Amino acid sequence: MNHFIDLTLNGLAAGAVYAALALSLVIIYQATRVINFAQPALALIAVYIAYTVTQATGNYWLGFAAALVTGLVLGAATERILIRPVHGTSPLNAVIVTLGLLLVLQGAAGMIWSNEPHSFPYPLDFRGRFSPSDIFALASVGVAALLLFGLYRATPLGLRMRAAAFHPEAARLTGVRVGLMLMTGWAIASVIGALAGMLATPPFVYPNVLDAVFIFGITAAVVGGLENPFGALVGGLLIGVSLSYVSGYAGPELTTLAALAILVVVLSVRPDGLFTRPTARKV
Amino acid sequence: MPERPILQIESLSTSYGAVRALDSVSMSVPRGGICAVLGANGAGKTTLLRSISGLKRVDSGRVLVNGQDLTRTPAERHVRHGLVHVPEGGGVIVELTVEENLHLGALWRSGRRERAVLLQQMFDLFPPLLKRRSQPAGTLSGGERQMLAIGRALMARPQVLLLDEPSLGLAPLITRQIMQTLHDLRAATGLTVVLVEQNARSALSITDHGFVLSQGAVAVHGTSDRLLSDDRMRHAYLGF
Repeated sequence: MNHFIDLTLNGLAAGAVYAALALSLVIIYQATRVINFAQPALALIAVYIAYTVTQATGNYWLGFAAALVTGLVLGAATERILIRPVHGTSPLNAVIVTLGLLLVLQGAAGMIWSNEPHSFPYPLDFRGRFSPSDIFALASVGVAALLLFGLYRATPLGLRMRAAAFHPEAARLTGVRVGLMLMTGWAIASVIGALAGMLATPPFVYPNVLDAVFIFGITAAVVGGLENPFGALVGGLLIGVSLSYVSGYAGPELTTLAALAILVVVLSVRPDGLFTRPTARKV
Repeated sequence: MPERPILQIESLSTSYGAVRALDSVSMSVPRGGICAVLGANGAGKTTLLRSISGLKRVDSGRVLVNGQDLTRTPAERHVRHGLVHVPEGGGVIVELTVEENLHLGALWRSGRRERAVLLQQMFDLFPPLLKRRSQPAGTLSGGERQMLAIGRALMARPQVLLLDEPSLGLAPLITRQIMQTLHDLRAATGLTVVLVEQNARSALSITDHGFVLSQGAVAVHGTSDRLLSDDRMRHAYLGF
């Protein structure tokens, strides 16, 4: 029983990270209909900046703040400089752009900070079951989700962002600057991605550190439904806990396979994900 | 000296690829005018509205609102110059609630308190919307949706309202109610309306001026009464 509780708690902490990554993907997908494959690379750069800042100042939290700011700037810049020019062309173009950006940024990170792993600190004490760091992971993702919910539901900016995502032309006719709103969405998503990166990276940072986490994050997003931020959160926690059980009872080498199995089963039952109301495709 | 027309269009031309959609269209609408833009399918009616509101790039010509040149102004800025375009189907955002849609109309300038006042005015103007204020706009009937679309446009307190086929798919009674509301608003606030309609007869009966487009150019224009009584013109362009 104790083992079961341990696995559940560990799974929730890991799931929080997947949930954050899934959320960052869903925000962008909702707004721009692009799956941002560069998300782990944007997060990676943010984490490396945090590493550099923490090295220079000796303060983890300064690095943490620097990572979030880096995410914000990189997300906005990616939308404005790389995504907007291919907006309205074939959706494949944006996919290729984000994949290209992923490769370039990972390569650049290796050149700047070297491909060798550097040790990277946990935010808080990480020892024991459900450590302070685990609690911090769950809590920070929870707070981020709540802030996001408040922003979207209760502020004029959030209303503009939703209008721009759902119906760009109608939004323009009411005076909404759609481009600016999409850029804001990318920026916010990348801040959440950077948060996920900060939580997932320890104990070592190296250019491919976030690859595996990203796979689980994208699985969570698809399982929850790419259109639904709430689904992304639940999907993340679900994947985290399920994989924790698989790893604990069947062996850690099976986790990736299990993620694939979950994905296949969910998609064969609910092709739009668990939390998207199945609707006829808009043409 | 006559008052400057609130909406002035000077030899506006635009095209889709090699196909010319508007060919040197000129028209002027006085403040408080309610005018119809008529013509067959593909005559360029919708394109004309989209060119005026900045959704469609124009090749040449000018669009002046209140004497200000808005030809190259992006669509999202037109609302600041008092011009609001209600596109075909209303452009209601079905995922947002009725109230959110209405708020959106006034978001560009007004504070929370002013929006609340405007919101109440819209519910007074279109009572059916009040019951549905927290429902997604996608659950509304066609008539309610059109009321919402016009209500959202009015939230911006426009001087010029462009309406693209507001009667499409609606019962005649509902269309008449909506038009009556617009007439009342003109009397109260001097609102100017440009109405694109397929059904020429009913459109001319509720407007005071009509422009008939044919193949992207203005074929005839005049007061609605004159257009209605000119048999030759009616047969040639309006088909009744």
